[in-house]
Amino acid sequence: MSAMALFGQLLLGLINGSFYAMLSLGLAIVFGLLGIVNAAQGAFYMLGAFFAWMLGQYIGIGYWPSLVLAPIGVAIVGVIMERTIIKRVYNLDHLYGLLLTLGLFQVIQGLFVYWYGTSGQPYDNPPGLTGGHNLGFMFLPNYRAWVVVVSIVLCFGTWYAIEKTRLGAYLRAATENPTLVRAFGINVPLLVTLAFGGGVALAGIAGVLAAPIYQVNPLMGGNILVPVFAVVVIGGFGSILGAIVTGLVLGVLEGFSKVFYPEASNMVIFAIMIVVLLVKPQGLFGRER
Amino acid sequence: MALDIGGLSASDSRSGNLEWLAMAIGVVILIGAPFVVYPVFLMELLCMALFACSFNLLIGGGGLLSFGHAAFFGGGAYIAAETAKEFGFPFELALLAGVAAATFLGVIAGVIAIRRSGLIFAMVTLALAEAVYFLALRLPFTHSEDGIQAVPRGWLLGMLDLKNNMAMYYVTAAIFFLGYLLVRRVWKSPFGQVLRAIKDNERRMISLGFPVDRYKLINFVLSAALAGLAGSLKSIDLGLATLTDVDFPTSVAVLLMVLLGGMGTLMGPVVGAIITVSMDEYLAGIGVPVPVVIGIIFVFIILVFRRGIVGEFLYYTNRLYTNRTRIKSG
Amino acid sequence: MSDQVLDIAGLNGWYGESHVLHGIDLKVGQGEVVTLIGRNGVGKTTTLRAIMGILSKREGVVKVFGTETIRMPPERVARLGVGYVPEERGIFASLTVTENLMLPPVLAPGGTTLDEIYRLFPNLLERARSQGSKLSGGEQQMLAIARILRTGARFILLDEPTEGLAPVIVQQIGVVLEAIKSKGLTVLMVEQNFRFAANVADRHYVMESGKIVDMITKSEIAGKMERLEEYLGV
Repeated sequence: MSAMALFGQLLLGLINGSFYAMLSLGLAIVFGLLGIVNAAQGAFYMLGAFFAWMLGQYIGIGYWPSLVLAPIGVAIVGVIMERTIIKRVYNLDHLYGLLLTLGLFQVIQGLFVYWYGTSGQPYDNPPGLTGGHNLGFMFLPNYRAWVVVVSIVLCFGTWYAIEKTRLGAYLRAATENPTLVRAFGINVPLLVTLAFGGGVALAGIAGVLAAPIYQVNPLMGGNILVPVFAVVVIGGFGSILGAIVTGLVLGVLEGFSKVFYPEASNMVIFAIMIVVLLVKPQGLFGRER
Repeated sequence: MALDIGGLSASDSRSGNLEWLAMAIGVVILIGAPFVVYPVFLMELLCMALFACSFNLLIGGGGLLSFGHAAFFGGGAYIAAETAKEFGFPFELALLAGVAAATFLGVIAGVIAIRRSGLIFAMVTLALAEAVYFLALRLPFTHSEDGIQAVPRGWLLGMLDLKNNMAMYYVTAAIFFLGYLLVRRVWKSPFGQVLRAIKDNERRMISLGFPVDRYKLINFVLSAALAGLAGSLKSIDLGLATLTDVDFPTSVAVLLMVLLGGMGTLMGPVVGAIITVSMDEYLAGIGVPVPVVIGIIFVFIILVFRRGIVGEFLYYTNRLYTNRTRIKSG
Repeated sequence: MSDQVLDIAGLNGWYGESHVLHGIDLKVGQGEVVTLIGRNGVGKTTTLRAIMGILSKREGVVKVFGTETIRMPPERVARLGVGYVPEERGIFASLTVTENLMLPPVLAPGGTTLDEIYRLFPNLLERARSQGSKLSGGEQQMLAIARILRTGARFILLDEPTEGLAPVIVQQIGVVLEAIKSKGLTVLMVEQNFRFAANVADRHYVMESGKIVDMITKSEIAGKMERLEEYLGV
């Protein structure tokens, strides 16, 4: 097994891991605030990729503006969904939230499969990021390096926003006691909507980043959601940092196993999940909710 | 907060009469249906109905949402198909093998998953089901995408030739009915009552000294075994076991059936299965994207119709009756 | 009357299906300290929650600084200048003391400055970086009051400020309340400890089974001690 292949897979694993991290960040934020697992998160990832593709295909807008516009579009869709549909189940058992978002996921994915079929659409590397550098032990495509850098910046930027800013303090307090935070004069329902929009926008950006690497495919949401759920179970819903670290590490581990035992690489994450569940059921970083 | 369980009262003589009536009508329909509707379609429907009943045992009876019940359904299907086809097992032994396989999977999954509840339990079952899917994809005997085809029906107890569709139908109907009665028996038994008490207030039951985890595990394994029976029956009825049987959409489909029909009612899952399978058949025929329709129905049910068809029906007849008695007694 | 800070007429309140407040009438004037007293479970905390807009269902007239608030969500009631210190204090465990203190936004000018707060509550400065969960009961109570004072709220709802606290701390809370009074703020307080309430308050509303059954001014207390003891189940 050549070093080239090994590091190539590790890089891909790191990329996958950063997508896992971004999606589970969004899940963790929404779960912390609402106690609901947003099963539609994968759909927003897919929408991000598709919006970028559609912007290119129908309006001729390239990668760089799409990187901003597509997540905004995804956030708008998410906010509309939250305000009209999802908020109706806040007072019910949290399982209904999971089921409701699952239904919404099916509708969105089903529509895109119906419109575009299940074979993917190609999306080009943005000009300026084509090609790569030969580092000796591996070949580093420029675009992939870019993806890793952007993802890590976004993840830690989100972490910073939540842990160190005033708005983040409102969010963390609202996670603990939303009624009291409202009694302080803070519009918590609005905060929740914005946080939801932010969480899905993160998934949307991941989708745009993923578009040139994987094809733009209606099924990409479902494919990524299952490992993301496993990541979340392993990491626990407790901390933002936990979501990021767990996502990255698991992505890399998955990539690693692809090198040595490709047939079982899908199962690595699930095997880890089962072990964690037997040893520390609330997750590695989790606290009981 | 608990899931909305529609109007099930275990010991109400008036609702008891209603139930006997409904069951009698059901039996009549069971007997007469194959003369009106294509028997193979009916067999598929009955298997799904049994599957739905098994799932309801877990979610309606125990309050636990499993995202991986297809693992037991499909696991049973594969084993029954394999033993019937490659090992020449007679019908009843093939079924038994399938049930045994599902039970085995159920015990493993149950032991791992039962420590958690609610959302995490759902996701754990999902992951475990993915593991089973992975096995189904990789193990040689399942022939991955092709599945196991041309499964022979064989003979029932060496006496009845099951190649005859009518014969196969009535055997299937009988097994379905027995399965339904089993679920009903468990539901109404002291065991079922304890389960419901655990669902409503687990902490209290723990403090009263009940071995809560053991009850939940037994319920889980029972549910898995019945799902396995449904799957085994299906693979022999329809002659094939495929990856679809263990795939996530199948787990979602059975959830929809139970939600639509009425979680926590005995007949709800059956009604839900009938509607869902028929709708599937019809919609696929006219080219409508079925997942979209299913998703919309899902959303609709959760927003406005949580008790499901039978659940809402029972709820409103309950209210009607109590209002009338209130008026009578002044 | 325009100088009423709080004017409640016919307030009915529900927790879900259960009807817990039955036609409450009460008034609090500018600069007054008024208490709600009564046995456990009669609806005192519920009344505060109803005023704050936290109760699930309310009907009636609740005017705060002359504005009708019965249909308002809690964030809008707060912005009229109402501060709420709940019974459980509500100190956020995942935030530090300083973050807790600075969390409620300043709603009006004239709030207590940080200097003044640290003078009134010196231990908040000492413990500035501790996690909220690490504070003692008394420290948490001080923090809960301090953060409301910072916001410039002119009308403070205080729920059981001395509950579970040692006598020495109760005294400190008394000092804080005198400081609040001298700033001209208005207080509606629920308090089980009648001795503490009598020291500090101008008037007392007695509640029983979700209704106001009596109102006793400071000067009337001596004469009505026996009746009070009955009300409080002493």
